[in-house]
Amino acid sequence: MPTRTLTPPTETVERALIVDPGQRVPGRARAYPLRREGPAKLTGAAKYTDDLVFPGAWYGATIRSTEAHARLLAIEPDPDADWSKVVIVTAADIPGHNVVASIKDDQPILVPVGGEIQHHAEPVALLAAPDRETLRQLKGRIRLVTEQLPAVFDPEVSAHVFAQYEIKDGDLEAGFGEAELVLEGSYRVGHQEQLYIENQAIIAVPAEGGGIEIHGSMQCPYYVHNALKRALQMDNVQARVIQEETGGGFGGKEEYPSMVALHASLLALKCRRPVRMIYDRHEDISATTKRHPAVIRHRTGVKRDGTIVAQDIQIVMDGGAYCTLTPVVLSRGALHAGGPYRCPNVRIRARATRTNTPPNGAFRGFGAPQVEFAVETHLNRIAEALELSPAEIRRCNAYDEGDRTPTGQVLRDSVAAHEALEQAVAASHFERFRAMTAAEAKARRGSGTIPEEPYRTGASRTARGIGLALGWHGAGFTGAGEVHLASVASVELTADGRIRVLTAQTEMGQGTKTIFPQLIARELGVPVDWVEYPSQDTAEVPNSGPTVASRTAMVVGGLCIKAARRLKAEVEGRNGGLPFHEVFRDDAASHGATRIDERFEPFPGEPFDEERYRGDAYPAFGWAAAVATVQVDLDTGEVSVQDVIAVDEVGTVIHPILCEGQVEGGTLQAVGYATIEEMKVEDGRYVNDRLATYLIPTALDAPHIRSILVEAPYPHVPHGAKGVGELPMDVGAPAVVAAIHDATGTWITELPATPERILAALAASSPEAAA
Amino acid sequence: MPAEPPIDTPRHLFEAYELLAAGPIRPIAGGTDVMVQITGELGPIPERMLDLSRIDALRGIALEADGLVLGAATTYTEIRRSALCREHLPALVEAAATIGAAQIQNRGTLGGNIANASPAGDTLPILLAADATILVGGQRGERQLAAAEFFTGYRQTALAPDELILQVRFPLRPGRELRFRKVGTRRAQAISKVVLAIAWRDLGAPGWADVRVALGSVAPTPIRAAVTEAVLEGARPTPAVADLAAETLADELAPIDDVRSTAEYRRTVAARVLHRLLRDAGGW
Repeated sequence: MPTRTLTPPTETVERALIVDPGQRVPGRARAYPLRREGPAKLTGAAKYTDDLVFPGAWYGATIRSTEAHARLLAIEPDPDADWSKVVIVTAADIPGHNVVASIKDDQPILVPVGGEIQHHAEPVALLAAPDRETLRQLKGRIRLVTEQLPAVFDPEVSAHVFAQYEIKDGDLEAGFGEAELVLEGSYRVGHQEQLYIENQAIIAVPAEGGGIEIHGSMQCPYYVHNALKRALQMDNVQARVIQEETGGGFGGKEEYPSMVALHASLLALKCRRPVRMIYDRHEDISATTKRHPAVIRHRTGVKRDGTIVAQDIQIVMDGGAYCTLTPVVLSRGALHAGGPYRCPNVRIRARATRTNTPPNGAFRGFGAPQVEFAVETHLNRIAEALELSPAEIRRCNAYDEGDRTPTGQVLRDSVAAHEALEQAVAASHFERFRAMTAAEAKARRGSGTIPEEPYRTGASRTARGIGLALGWHGAGFTGAGEVHLASVASVELTADGRIRVLTAQTEMGQGTKTIFPQLIARELGVPVDWVEYPSQDTAEVPNSGPTVASRTAMVVGGLCIKAARRLKAEVEGRNGGLPFHEVFRDDAASHGATRIDERFEPFPGEPFDEERYRGDAYPAFGWAAAVATVQVDLDTGEVSVQDVIAVDEVGTVIHPILCEGQVEGGTLQAVGYATIEEMKVEDGRYVNDRLATYLIPTALDAPHIRSILVEAPYPHVPHGAKGVGELPMDVGAPAVVAAIHDATGTWITELPATPERILAALAASSPEAAA
Repeated sequence: MPAEPPIDTPRHLFEAYELLAAGPIRPIAGGTDVMVQITGELGPIPERMLDLSRIDALRGIALEADGLVLGAATTYTEIRRSALCREHLPALVEAAATIGAAQIQNRGTLGGNIANASPAGDTLPILLAADATILVGGQRGERQLAAAEFFTGYRQTALAPDELILQVRFPLRPGRELRFRKVGTRRAQAISKVVLAIAWRDLGAPGWADVRVALGSVAPTPIRAAVTEAVLEGARPTPAVADLAAETLADELAPIDDVRSTAEYRRTVAARVLHRLLRDAGGW
């Protein structure tokens, strides 16, 4: 193995913290701008959608199927009820296409009579009433006449394929021929709920000229805009979408708000009043999108020294009842499935199928957390089989600059897998801790204190463990996605001398509203407070693409910087080369407004061939490592995740506090995914569809998280940033599962690693069970 | 959210008794169960509600000659902060601390936990293990019920529709030890998968006396494990006794699979929690 010089951890952390000195004035935290919308959120002044008052607004509700698969024969309002004061909307009321515009036009806005219901929470009819009590009473008095159809719940059995890909590189057979150990493994992950704090919420307001104005909680105003235009036959102006303060998204407000907005609009157009469509938590959990469940099978050939020589991977994802974003989620899953490791002989086969469950969709990580849990756990098992340290096997295989991924992409720059790994290993004292837990495990075995009878306890109630995972995350949209999007972002100097950054990038807690002004202020040499970031209103801002895929900082941030540079050059050019900050007000007064629109230009590299799955799948990758320490209660299988060292390489850090916040939040979400977040499904219905039963970690369950930010700037965007939102989500779960193994000696191959699964695995692996 | 039913807020018990006798009316104390049922539309909305929060007679924690007496409207926070509870009934304090979050503990009451009669009610095994009695009352008079007779079926109690829970009396017996353990999905805001309380008296005799083993979340009601108690009665917590008691408990329980856990897990964990408590008591 080549030797490498490593930056000592402290130095890198220091470096990360001085990327942007910001301004040292009162009211600044650690010399970085305060979160723009922070004070309003902290003081309760922030207005979320449900806080907005529209006089005369009615309340909307969705009548949903209660069957997983059925033909809709009739919708029958109870003839004994008074329907005169309310409006009912069915598919017959839809003026345009009855589809929620997405990748495929397969999902109806409302199931038409004669059509097929595909999942138990599918919208069939809509109801609006002047008050909530009338709505509640009448909602229960619409009967759906249906004819039951056979339902499919197993994605491996389903014959309806939404998407499938095959990635091939090298010679698989030759690779396995060369291998000194071949290990197979099967891994499963279930649904995960995004659980944003604010439920789905949209208010639709009828506008002059037959248009509609949407106010709501969402990630992607232009997705909603597009959906409205198609279904309601409206033009760009008639449909207007305004994002309101949004209490979290995590992908859950990428595509689903289109559905809610369409429902609210149909009701609003029919009753000619504003309609409030605000989901309660129960409806939100039972009907909206989740992370895709998946079954992932690995067959891996390695040399005795740990070198990976062949990887054969099969992924099956459960798309749910409709396609939504499944092909793209699956694509990202396939492209990340091998992990951040060089391997000359690879086959990755991926398919996503339909089941009669609510559609699955975008969730932080977007297909990568599922496959990275599998590959990392599998690699840890290989390390165990070869008696290698989990760190050592990664050192042996992790990508270096110049390595090729399975699509033939040559990693030319900004490759920091080793750096992330070594930072995590050093900061956690990984090898020392591992030696300690190994000694503790030996002592437990030696003293015979491991319970052999199922109903006994051992002398030591708890065991400690440490686990490591390494990950990567393709920056920005997959493949040719950014080229198709052709985003536009603008920087404007208004006639009255204001500087405005115009993008469709939404704030949902991650910091868009803070970092864009920060980036532009730095370019223009003005204080950050002088840069305005107007709200995400399709009548005001250009389509700079969706706020997804950790692309905001990297792609749109880059466009904004380029626009700002052009603006600066133009203004300075008109003013004898004097600095922008001295002349821009006079320039605006004399010259009038100047607006620069910057359009996306493809990144350099090998264009991605979507047919053959060859070429540069992403312009660059972010790199992450996590080391988790856990304490497992050997009596009950309860896991307490105590510490996580989260190392994330993000290109450049724009705002360290917000960036660390992303790392901590993503890590905790990954800990929940690893340990307790479990959606139980019976006959296609989520059984635990309430906050009392779908549990996420509380403050008391949260580990101490130490985030270490590493920078390997991406040279083809002006600021070098690669994005941070999803990275920490990819590595947390496999690190926790590895730590559980270190503590207990048992591998949990299905997420979440619940106490029930841990005790069952321990019972199956006990000497008694083996005998 | 559905319309709010009319609410009566009496200040005296006799007024509450009159309202109850005129029924139907749903008593509400902290509301931590009732409100969830209403907003979650989990059953019919009460036609009227009887707010018990202003009745002083239902409040207070006192040490009386034969025991510790808690008013039914005592909140979990009050239990946690009570010096009397901490001194005489630390296991109840421990149980109160595991319920919900701070906001729930501020509102939720001991009497409410009893009236709600959930098999997962975290304080209920303590009542069973401590031989608590529940004082109930109405226009027809007052009566004392043993906690062990109170829970008659799944969410069913011996309380008549015209009665209120007034007080819970925990007898304080010399030499009694009481231990509590809850196993939930997370460390706060979690409904239990298994909850177990064990009480015994160690009077220096050859074995333990008055052994009580009580559990929640393993049956339609909070229960006492009589067969297991018999194994432990008169015995000492040696490894052999603990093994036998744990196996007996595993045989005695018939838990079910539900949204929170599995029957197998509950059986195993209940047995192991007992084994662990006996191991700790035995000091081996």
